[in-house]
Amino acid sequence: MSIAETMIPPQAPPPAPPKPYTLSRFFGSVALGVWLALAVGIFFTVVGGWDAEKFSRYGPSFLSGLGVTLALVSSSILLGAVLSLPVALGRMSKHRLWSWLAYAYVYFFRGTPLITQLFLVYYGLGSFRPQLETVGLWWFFRDAWNCALFTFTLNTAAYQAEILRGAIESVPRGQHEGAAALGLPKHIAFFKVILPQAMIVALRPYGNEIVLMIKGSAIVAIVTVFDLMGETRRAFSRTFDYQMYIWAAALYLLMVELLRNIWGWLEARLTRHLKR
Amino acid sequence: MSGLFAAIYSGLAWVVSIIDPFCGPVGVFRLFGSDTLLACGDTGWGDEVAYGFLVTASLAIATLPIGLTVGFFVALAKQSEERSLRLAANIYTTIFRGLPELLTLFIVYYGLQILVQQFLATIGYEGPVEINAFVAGMIALGVVFSAYCSEVLLSAFKAIPHGQYEAGDALGLHRGATMRLIILPQLIRIALPGLGNLWMALLKDTALVSVVGLPDILRQTGVAARVTKQAFEFFGLACILFLILAMISSVAFSAIERRTKRAEMGR
Repeated sequence: MSIAETMIPPQAPPPAPPKPYTLSRFFGSVALGVWLALAVGIFFTVVGGWDAEKFSRYGPSFLSGLGVTLALVSSSILLGAVLSLPVALGRMSKHRLWSWLAYAYVYFFRGTPLITQLFLVYYGLGSFRPQLETVGLWWFFRDAWNCALFTFTLNTAAYQAEILRGAIESVPRGQHEGAAALGLPKHIAFFKVILPQAMIVALRPYGNEIVLMIKGSAIVAIVTVFDLMGETRRAFSRTFDYQMYIWAAALYLLMVELLRNIWGWLEARLTRHLKR
Repeated sequence: MSGLFAAIYSGLAWVVSIIDPFCGPVGVFRLFGSDTLLACGDTGWGDEVAYGFLVTASLAIATLPIGLTVGFFVALAKQSEERSLRLAANIYTTIFRGLPELLTLFIVYYGLQILVQQFLATIGYEGPVEINAFVAGMIALGVVFSAYCSEVLLSAFKAIPHGQYEAGDALGLHRGATMRLIILPQLIRIALPGLGNLWMALLKDTALVSVVGLPDILRQTGVAARVTKQAFEFFGLACILFLILAMISSVAFSAIERRTKRAEMGR
C-alpha cells in the first residue's frame, strides 16, 4: 500500500469546450448584420443629406408638433378616464338598460377603427351644421383639434372602461365581504378597499392604452391637425426628403420607450409590497 | 406575377358576384336599397361600397398568414439560446411596436417607392414608379402584426412545460416533428385568445391603408360622402360595415376556440 507523500498541487480547470458554430448563431449574426447595416445606412443618409437650413426651418415645427401630440393624448386620456367611470359602472350594473347601453357604447368604439370614428365626427357632424348652430356647439366641432379631442376621449373611455371593469372584477369577493363586515358604507368600501387593489391590476393595461393612444394619435394628421405626424407630412411634401420620416420615427420611438420605462419603474415601485 | 394575380382575381370575382351579400342576387343593397343612394350599379354607391368591403376583408386575410409566420419565427428567435438572435428579435419588436401604424405604412410606402426607383434607375429605367397600395399595406400591417404576434406566441411558448420537449426527445422525434406534433397544437390553443385580439386590431388597422389610396371601405365611403355631401350617413355605414366584420370574426373565433378546446371538455 502506498501513501501519497505530497499533495497534488491545485490544477487549472480544463479549457471550456469550443462552442460549436450553430445555425441559430449564423442567423443571429445575419439578423444583427442587417440591423447594423440599416443603422449605418440611416446614419449616412442623415449625415450625407444634412442641411442646416432645413433643420432650422423644420426643427421647431417638429417640436411644436410633438407638443400638439402630447397635449392631445394627455388631455384625451384624462377626460377619457373621467368618462370611463360611469361607463364601467354601467357595464357592471344589474339594471338591464344601463348595462346594455354601456355594452353597446363599448362595442361600437372598440369594434370600429379610430380613423373611421374621427371621420364620422369631423366630416359627418358637418352635415348637422344648422342643428349644431342652434344649440351653440358649432364653434366646438368646427375645429379639427376639438373633433380629434372629442373622438379620442370617447374612444379611450370605452377602452378604459373595459380595463377598469376587468380590474374591479378581479378583486376577490372576500374583499367586498370583509369591507361589509367592518361596517364600511358601500362607497367608502369602493374607494378605499376595492379601487386601490383594482388600480394595481389595471396599471399595466393603462400603460398599454396610453401607448396605443400616442400611436393612434398620428391619424389626426389626415384631418389637418398639425401634430408630429402632420408636421412630418407637411415637411415631406415640401422637401421630398425621406429623412423627415426617420426623424418622426425616432421621436415616436423615444416617446413610447420613455413611457414604457417610466411605467415599468412605476409598476415596480407600486407593487413592491407584493414582492416576496 | 401580375398575370397570376389577375387570373386568381377574375376567378374570385366570379364566385363573389354569385354569393355577394351586398349586390348579389339576394344582396342587402339590391333588396332594400334599390331606390336610395346605396343602389347597385351606376345610380348608387352600393357596388362601390361592397367592393371596398371585399378589399378590406381580403387585405386582412392576406396579411394574416404573413404576420403569423414571421411572428412565429421572431418568437422562436426570442427564446433562442443565441444572444445575437435574441437581441435582433428584440430590436424588431421594439421598433415596430413603438412606431405608429400610419408612420410604418408611410415609411414602407414611400421607402419602397424610393428603393424601386433607385433600383430601376441603375438598370436604366427612368420614369414614375407607383407602388401597389395593397402590397405596401400588406407589408406594413404584416410587420406590425408579426411584432405583436411574437409577444403573444412567446408567452404561449413559456406556458408549455419543458417536459413536453423532453417527451418528444424520449419518443425519438426529430426536433421539427416535436414542434409540429407536440408543441404547435398546444401553442395554438394557448395563444388563440391573444391572436383573436390581434386579428381585431389588424382588421381595424386596414382602414389606415385608405390613406395611401387603397379603395377599401373607408376610401369608398369617403368618396361617396364627398360626392353626395352626406358624410354622416356614409361614414356611419363604414362604421357599421367594420362592426359587421368584427362580429363575423368574433363568431368565427369562438367556433375555433370551441374546437381547440374539445379535448378539455371532459374535465
